[in-house]
Amino acid sequence: MKQLVTGDEAAAIAAKLARVKVISAYPITPQTIIVERLAEFVANGELDAEYIKVESEHSALSACLGSAAVGARTFTATSSQGLMLMSEILFVASGMRLPIVMANANRSLSAPLSIWCDQQDSVAVRDCGWIQLYCENNQEVLDSTIQAFRIAEESLLPVMVCFDGYILSHTAEPVEIPEQAEVDKFLPTYKYPYLLDPEKPITMGAVGVPEYYEEFRYMLQEAVLKSKEKIIEVGQAFGRQFGRKSDLIECYRSDDADVILLTMGSLSGSIKEMIDEYRGHGERVGLVKVRAFRPFPAKELVDSLGHAKAVAVLEKDFSPGSTGALFSDLSGAFVNSRESPLLLNFICGLGGRDVSSLQIREATKAAMEAAKTGEVKKTVRWLGLRETMVGLKP
Amino acid sequence: MSQIPEEELLAPGHRACPGCGSILAIRYALKALGKNTIVCAPTGCMEVVTTPYPETAWRVPWIHVAFENAAAVASGVEAGLKSLGKRGIKVVAIGGDGGTVDIGLQALSGMVERNHNVLYICTDNEAYMNTGIQRSGATPYSAWTTTTPIGKVKRGEDLPKKDMPAIIAAHRAPYVATASVGYPLDYIKKVKKAASIEGPTYIHVHCPCGPGWRIDSSKTIEIAKLAVLTGMWNLYEIESGVFKLTFKPPKRRPVADYLKMQGRFRHLTDEEIAGIQRTVDEEWKRLGIS
Repeated sequence: MKQLVTGDEAAAIAAKLARVKVISAYPITPQTIIVERLAEFVANGELDAEYIKVESEHSALSACLGSAAVGARTFTATSSQGLMLMSEILFVASGMRLPIVMANANRSLSAPLSIWCDQQDSVAVRDCGWIQLYCENNQEVLDSTIQAFRIAEESLLPVMVCFDGYILSHTAEPVEIPEQAEVDKFLPTYKYPYLLDPEKPITMGAVGVPEYYEEFRYMLQEAVLKSKEKIIEVGQAFGRQFGRKSDLIECYRSDDADVILLTMGSLSGSIKEMIDEYRGHGERVGLVKVRAFRPFPAKELVDSLGHAKAVAVLEKDFSPGSTGALFSDLSGAFVNSRESPLLLNFICGLGGRDVSSLQIREATKAAMEAAKTGEVKKTVRWLGLRETMVGLKP
Repeated sequence: MSQIPEEELLAPGHRACPGCGSILAIRYALKALGKNTIVCAPTGCMEVVTTPYPETAWRVPWIHVAFENAAAVASGVEAGLKSLGKRGIKVVAIGGDGGTVDIGLQALSGMVERNHNVLYICTDNEAYMNTGIQRSGATPYSAWTTTTPIGKVKRGEDLPKKDMPAIIAAHRAPYVATASVGYPLDYIKKVKKAASIEGPTYIHVHCPCGPGWRIDSSKTIEIAKLAVLTGMWNLYEIESGVFKLTFKPPKRRPVADYLKMQGRFRHLTDEEIAGIQRTVDEEWKRLGIS
């Protein structure tokens, strides 16, 4: 059944359909609608779950570790500063291999304070050992959240489902809502193999002395790398059952493209429209969308971008003193390849600034020029910058 | 005594210092609680000495996540058990003074306010001992620590000890008690009582620390007792808001008897000791027990 829902509502509905047993969350814009809807589901008896109304995001995630450790399917949601407050515990959750699912409505970080969209928050914690999935639209928010539970539980890793604040979180779109019975079939009752159980006492969260610590980190690395297969497998299983499959990346008219744009999240939708226009004029331009940012689909990207002459990476984040994070990961992916397309980085849409079709054209034009001349004039550019305000123009 | 089980749920062989008061408090608490218990611990001495991988001293399920969140983790454990219909398992958080009265206070306040069915035990050795004796909110007035050194201008901790049991009692927790490892029977009785009460309960147990208090490892119990006998630490419970002293020293001894046994108070002059004595006298008057 199709329903008109916002991205936040799609995440909440997905958590309900997953029959989460414990929700532990704290309100923060633009994620708040998720925790409100879930509170309503619990209050109405539509969802049989314990809802812990914690006093901070730090405690929100801490409580999630506790409930996951006794085997309860656990969900939380946050954004921006809230994710930063959780950041200490993010690393513990993956280190302890607890399969928590989180919805993150992407929002910029202070300072200056901004409640609007970019992806700096989740990108900043890319090293925390969580699987990170980015969504293009509200249907993907729902689908990825349902899949996230199965990926998490079968990989023993926490999963963060990221979607652009306001652009998706607060925008209603028609979304196909699956039947409960169908979701139950896809997501059987959860059985965590290492329970805190007085019948069989175990110690969780021990001290890792130098003789052992590195091995634990290696095992985490292996688990996150291996989760690539799980993300693909679960995405295919979901496709078989619900008719909408997901993968690590999505290639849009890129197979024969000379110039490929690469991005994550809702910007993909706007770019797809532009691609169609370019194609209408006979220009060989395509898009590759990164759905799984962690584990990073390095091989898949090299395989699907390698034939292009130039790749323009458009991203709503940057690492001060370096480049955009997606760009640096992509550069790393090509490091030992015999051939690499020219790579260009465009920082855009920070703090809720609209990424206009004009800006996407600007990036595409620069990449086309690079493809033609075999030269990149400027590797990293900021789109839509007020040049007078930052002193680039008088 | 015959009612205290011989079975040790905290195995020997852990790395606690000889004469450690906090490890005794944990051992006694587990005797009172029994096997059907899940323990949540913050980072600290007790976490470090009991769980160096691949060893563990815990014979009950135990979880540690970070320093400031034992109460939040315990909230999640309790809610998780409830959501799965698993009843009868006692959820206990055991933290040191730093993890309780300072960095863990917010999470603990939230846990108590939300009425989770969790017993929280604070093993108070009055400073950050795991990092090497730095002052905490629970460090008593005038005590030496490495961050409250005795210098020309400052003479140890210049603030009074935070009244943590009163803070928890102000949350209207159904049961709040103080205890001491010097009085194990009183302590065990309180742990049993707290565990039997539905809702958030809190026990603050005074635990001497050899290296931190600059005392000999054989003096732990003697000094713990002296804290109570001098009125520097009082044993009471606050049940449904009603305060009750559970042990009254027959004749209160001078605080000097307690202070002079510890290196951390070595610098105190007679005048300074008299000042501390006056504070204790006033506190007893305030409590209406002198």
